[in-house]
Amino acid sequence: MPLRKDIKKVLVIGSGPIVIGQAAEFDYDGTQACLALKEEGIEVVLVNPNPATIMTDQTIADKVYLEPLSVETVETVIQKERPDGIIGTLGGQTGLNLIMALAEKNILEKYNVEVLGTSVEAIKKGEDRELFRQLMLDIGEPVLDSHIVRSVEEGVRFADEIGYPVICRPAYTLGGSGGGVAADQEALERLLKKGLALSPIQQVLVEKSIAGWKEIEYEVMRDANDTCITVCSMENVDPVGVHTGDSIVVAPTQTLTDNQVQRLRSAAVKVIRALGVIGGCNIQFALDPHSDQYYIIEVNPRVSRSSALASKATGYPIARMATKCAIGYHLDEVLNPITGSTYASFEPALDYVVLKIPRFPFDKFSEADRTLGTQMKATGEVMAIDRSFEGALNKAIRSLEMKTAGLRWPAFMEAEDETIKEHLTQATDLRLFAVAEGFRRGWSTEKIHQLTRIDPWFLEKIKGLVELELNLTCYTWGTLPNELLIEAKEKNISDRYLAQLFQVSEQDIRDRRKELQLKPVYKQVDTCAGEFEAITPYYYSTWRGVNEARPSKKKKLLVIGSGPIRIGQGIEFDYCSVQAALAVKKKGYEAIVINNNPETVSTDYALADRLYFEPLTVEDILHVVELEEVDGVFIQFGGQTAINVAEALAEAGVPVLGTTVEMIDKLEDREHFYQLLNELQIPHIKGRMASDREAYFEALDELGFPVLVRPSYVIGGQAMFLFYHREEAEAYLDHLEQVSDERIWPLMVDRYLPGLECELDLVSDGENVVIPGIFEHVERAGVHSGDSLAFFPPVSLSSEVKRILVDYAERIARAASIVGMMNIQFVVDGEKVYVLEVNPRASRTVPVISKVTGVPLVEWATRVQLGERLKDIAPQTGLLPEPSFYTLKAPVFSTAKLKDVDPVLGPEMKSTGEVIGLGLSVAEAVAKALPEEHRILNKRPGLLCAVADRDKEPLLPLLTRLAELGFSLYATRGTAQFLEKHRIPCTVIEHDLKAVEKVMKGGQVGAVLNVARQGRVPGTFGFQLRQLALTHHLPCFTCPDTLKLLLDSLHVQEQDYRSLDEYRHFTSERVFTQ
Amino acid sequence: MNQPTAYLLLEDGSCFAGQLFGAEREVVGEVVVTTTMTGYQEIVTDPSSCGQIVAFTYPLIGNYGINQDDYESLTPYVSAIIVKEYSQEPSHWKKAVTLEEWMKQHGIPGLHQIDTRALTRKIRAQGTMKASLIIGRWPTEEDKNRLAHFSLPEDYVRQVSTPHPYQCPGMGKRVVVIDLGMKASILRALTKRDCDVRMIPSHTSAKEIMGWQPDGVVISNGPGNPKHVSHVVETIRSLLGKVPLFGIGLGHQLLALACGADTEKMRFGHRGGNYPVQHVESKQTIITAQNHGYTVTPSSLERTDLKITYLNVNDGTVEGIQHRYYPAFSVQFHPEAAPGPMDSLFLFDQFVEMMKQYNLHTKKGAVPNATS
Repeated sequence: MPLRKDIKKVLVIGSGPIVIGQAAEFDYDGTQACLALKEEGIEVVLVNPNPATIMTDQTIADKVYLEPLSVETVETVIQKERPDGIIGTLGGQTGLNLIMALAEKNILEKYNVEVLGTSVEAIKKGEDRELFRQLMLDIGEPVLDSHIVRSVEEGVRFADEIGYPVICRPAYTLGGSGGGVAADQEALERLLKKGLALSPIQQVLVEKSIAGWKEIEYEVMRDANDTCITVCSMENVDPVGVHTGDSIVVAPTQTLTDNQVQRLRSAAVKVIRALGVIGGCNIQFALDPHSDQYYIIEVNPRVSRSSALASKATGYPIARMATKCAIGYHLDEVLNPITGSTYASFEPALDYVVLKIPRFPFDKFSEADRTLGTQMKATGEVMAIDRSFEGALNKAIRSLEMKTAGLRWPAFMEAEDETIKEHLTQATDLRLFAVAEGFRRGWSTEKIHQLTRIDPWFLEKIKGLVELELNLTCYTWGTLPNELLIEAKEKNISDRYLAQLFQVSEQDIRDRRKELQLKPVYKQVDTCAGEFEAITPYYYSTWRGVNEARPSKKKKLLVIGSGPIRIGQGIEFDYCSVQAALAVKKKGYEAIVINNNPETVSTDYALADRLYFEPLTVEDILHVVELEEVDGVFIQFGGQTAINVAEALAEAGVPVLGTTVEMIDKLEDREHFYQLLNELQIPHIKGRMASDREAYFEALDELGFPVLVRPSYVIGGQAMFLFYHREEAEAYLDHLEQVSDERIWPLMVDRYLPGLECELDLVSDGENVVIPGIFEHVERAGVHSGDSLAFFPPVSLSSEVKRILVDYAERIARAASIVGMMNIQFVVDGEKVYVLEVNPRASRTVPVISKVTGVPLVEWATRVQLGERLKDIAPQTGLLPEPSFYTLKAPVFSTAKLKDVDPVLGPEMKSTGEVIGLGLSVAEAVAKALPEEHRILNKRPGLLCAVADRDKEPLLPLLTRLAELGFSLYATRGTAQFLEKHRIPCTVIEHDLKAVEKVMKGGQVGAVLNVARQGRVPGTFGFQLRQLALTHHLPCFTCPDTLKLLLDSLHVQEQDYRSLDEYRHFTSERVFTQ
Repeated sequence: MNQPTAYLLLEDGSCFAGQLFGAEREVVGEVVVTTTMTGYQEIVTDPSSCGQIVAFTYPLIGNYGINQDDYESLTPYVSAIIVKEYSQEPSHWKKAVTLEEWMKQHGIPGLHQIDTRALTRKIRAQGTMKASLIIGRWPTEEDKNRLAHFSLPEDYVRQVSTPHPYQCPGMGKRVVVIDLGMKASILRALTKRDCDVRMIPSHTSAKEIMGWQPDGVVISNGPGNPKHVSHVVETIRSLLGKVPLFGIGLGHQLLALACGADTEKMRFGHRGGNYPVQHVESKQTIITAQNHGYTVTPSSLERTDLKITYLNVNDGTVEGIQHRYYPAFSVQFHPEAAPGPMDSLFLFDQFVEMMKQYNLHTKKGAVPNATS
């Protein structure tokens, strides 16, 4: 059936902020869906408060509502827009849950909105544990026996029924903690006791354990005519037991016979038919490694992280096709855009190996529990394609940007055997490296298989790489035979890793390769293994054979992407990369994108003119640059990843566009930067660069406390701390020297000034600048800018301060000959403005400001780098006029998913994503940016206060106010004494976690104000208190400024939801509420 | 591993260098490319690959070794195997031997470490070609001449068909399979449906076949050009209308020829497990396994009593036909899968149903549309 003509307007639900488990993949899916609708002439209305996404761009959807994802919002939007249909299977679990809620409340029925694609009944059947189980029994597909138990006895009884071993999963614990496998009754009793105590709702799921089985996934499509196809099969290298989002995944399956592949495929098709899915569906199986027995372990009746991966891995655009199915098309009616000659009912055939490795946040959260289990912990992922498993593995490893260029984790070299064994037995993010280390120590495949349950096929591949490495190191660089170098490159071992092995420079390796004319070739991802000609230039490199990528004669510009999503470098840089590529195309150049993140829009092959799915190391970029003979490279849009390669690219003679590499280096180097500021007579925070221990202590003496300490060249405040005492600063250094594999010097030591922080982004052509706006942070300096609430336009800055900010920005831009983008952060102390730091690149706030002002910041930044002048592009330069509504950017945290990560706000960034709240008043923006906190505080819950001594006095006004507003205060002893002294009534809570948990469980306490002395010290009372608050889903304010802002906004109850257009066209005066 | 260098010399004079694995033996054959990602064991033991040098587009072959269950015939007829990378450390609980051990046992040479994608693209552009596998020396002019003058045999079916009839007893319908190189999975599909199956050599006469009083006759898959087995065309013509017929692969082409349609050689054929095929009536699409280099000419069906039941979604090739008046149907793809999707196994049920219906109505004459 072709396109349905009765659908003219469709509402799409996005997935909201990036959190662990729900990341950039839904921007890719949503963007594809919106475009697939638009090209059919359907009007698209979108709700998604995540400003960093491409999908919320007005070129993607017709009407964008950057409003909270709630039933109320969507109902308002439906009332206003009257869409014919709604699609909720593109917005992750958030979108799915929202659709279900809307259906349950009969809102869809009321406004006659049809659920397009997979129906509500189908979703219910897939999501409801019992319904799904019954359905599987009905169609004769095996599912695991599982039961939610509320007592130890109940658990034991159930285990007796199904037999041991069983797995226990306590409900709603932090990072899935407290779970485990029990082999017998004794172990089960122990686990259940612990699990029931840990679970805030005293529930534990007990299930037959199949840990160690193979985990296999299928991506399935179905249309309304019951045609089903499987797009991709995937095999988890990590067997069952590790969340698939945290597993290394290979596509297609490697260790299954065709018979097994087809049996699982048939089962997948059977399930999707029984559910009645229309569109895409993900299904996960556990397959016994010693028989053909399997179980269905999970079904997601929607597009997912895996479907994004499968789309990039095969070239088959699942979200796009799912959308086409939702609006009536059949799979045999839609052309496959990659080939342009085959249809969407053609199952992709791969002639390469795809590997995905998750990216974990443990480099930032060194104190976190890095063991992997059923709770996903990765923030992002990388994908690599090659014609061999080893090649894909090596590419993926260097794509991770984990400071290792190859299959080696330096810290493991000195580690005890026991440590290596622990990483193997209880999977961690480093297990892959531990496997390699085990082989280096001569351990057998059988031994490592016993410890890890990873299929020997994968282990043998890793062993082969270790053996090759040993073979290589039998030689010196001078004596290394060419054949062996060629073999190493064919396994895609990086130049950098070879350089490390042979103690030579990367340049030496490159020179010899050039002499041998040893360079990679590029092959096309074509969905059909070469059977048909493909028209889409989507390439990956490999080290043998015929090159298929034929550069064009056009002028070509390369945009370097930002790699995997991690804390401090999120989807915002993908937004910038995408906008840059589009701007390049618009100017008539050929846009080439290189990136390695399968979740993102930038790696959609339909976006740029040519896509290279490659690691983002200097070597890999240079290969593309040399093949394409690009005319210029953009490095300002791919976050720190792109900046980090700038110097090496320039050295290799690559034309780097925009601000010169020398200047970037100068701005990133603290000493040079301060020198520049001194020359310009711009005040900066007093700071010292310490190049060794002695200098460090000297700096501490000179600057006095408090101080901020961090290593040079950082992303997102990595390993950055605020110290009030000398002992803390000493302990930090000892710790840093212990854990860091890389050089830690120089360390930057800055005087800490707890003033008001603000920041701005600008575009400069070297002469003029455009500043679309200034962000004012709510939390005082010392809280990482990525974790601060930030207002645009500023709410308290005087016009004089704004003038100074703009003046400083213009002077720095001119002095540094900035061409392109720059982000500057300031601290304002009264009327005095200090410059904190500059980033000579696009920043986290760029998408936000671009969206709310409508200024195409990235496009302008692209054009000035191509030589255009701002006065020819922009209607006006300098600071642009402020809009008449407020935007509040709010960070979103995933700390509840990570055990032992302290949610305390500090100089180290912790948030994984962000939302914005828009309002005509400050209060409205606050209520929308922090809807949960706003709702809870409005109920005037009991508030538990635990405040460090040094903060007690300054907090007196806030505490008084809380009491006046009707909050019942609870306090730990020290704080209680302080409150009593000031006649503020409160209930004293013992300095005891049991007592605290009791009032949390009992509901007396509904929020926590905890201003910590230091934070991030596991084991302390404050740390545990915050972990408890997370476990019980209570708002936990660790910076009083956040709470203060919310208290100021409590009076706003009713909110109105408006499209971005409506806001932008608002002409009425701003409503001041304060 | 120190393997000798080996070369794949193509008919057009081009040459791919790689490493030998498996048996050390030079061969000549027709290079075909399959895009099936798993199922190498089934492919290399499929008698239809007789005389073929089979190249796999999927780069890693041999991952799970060779097992006892997935043979399509006990004697392999494939000439040689070409892969990007032979997987030397297979892993699977069913594994009996490695692929290479098996190849050595059966005298099958292999070539790996070549750019199979480049080879695929070449064949896509130039069509299927003859090729020689040459070991240890760069091909000479003489090698090229010999290859140019080598003509592919026409008697593949005779090589692979069973020399003597044999029986797989069952309690259900009696089915005679004309073995033109039958895949064992066809037999498995029939016996699973309780059929009492008798395999017979390709030259068995219609009279002999009817002598066994079958409920139905399956014309199996097999290698080569259907026009080289004209004696089977005669047999089918005699059987048509007297007993339900089900053709698969080569059997499908032969049914078409027997009914007056024509077949032609394809440029490079269909070999893979991902072909969408649409049922003409319901418009529903199934994914099929295919392995053929010849096809029924669509226009030739116009003046016959055959109607098209299935069409390839991508290129419109004829994938299934049915006789308008007699109980006879056939498909170009492989409903028995192995390797490939099991979406069309139901065709065996349809065949069993057709035999039942025919028995019921046999006194009343032909049963139209038994498969729709």
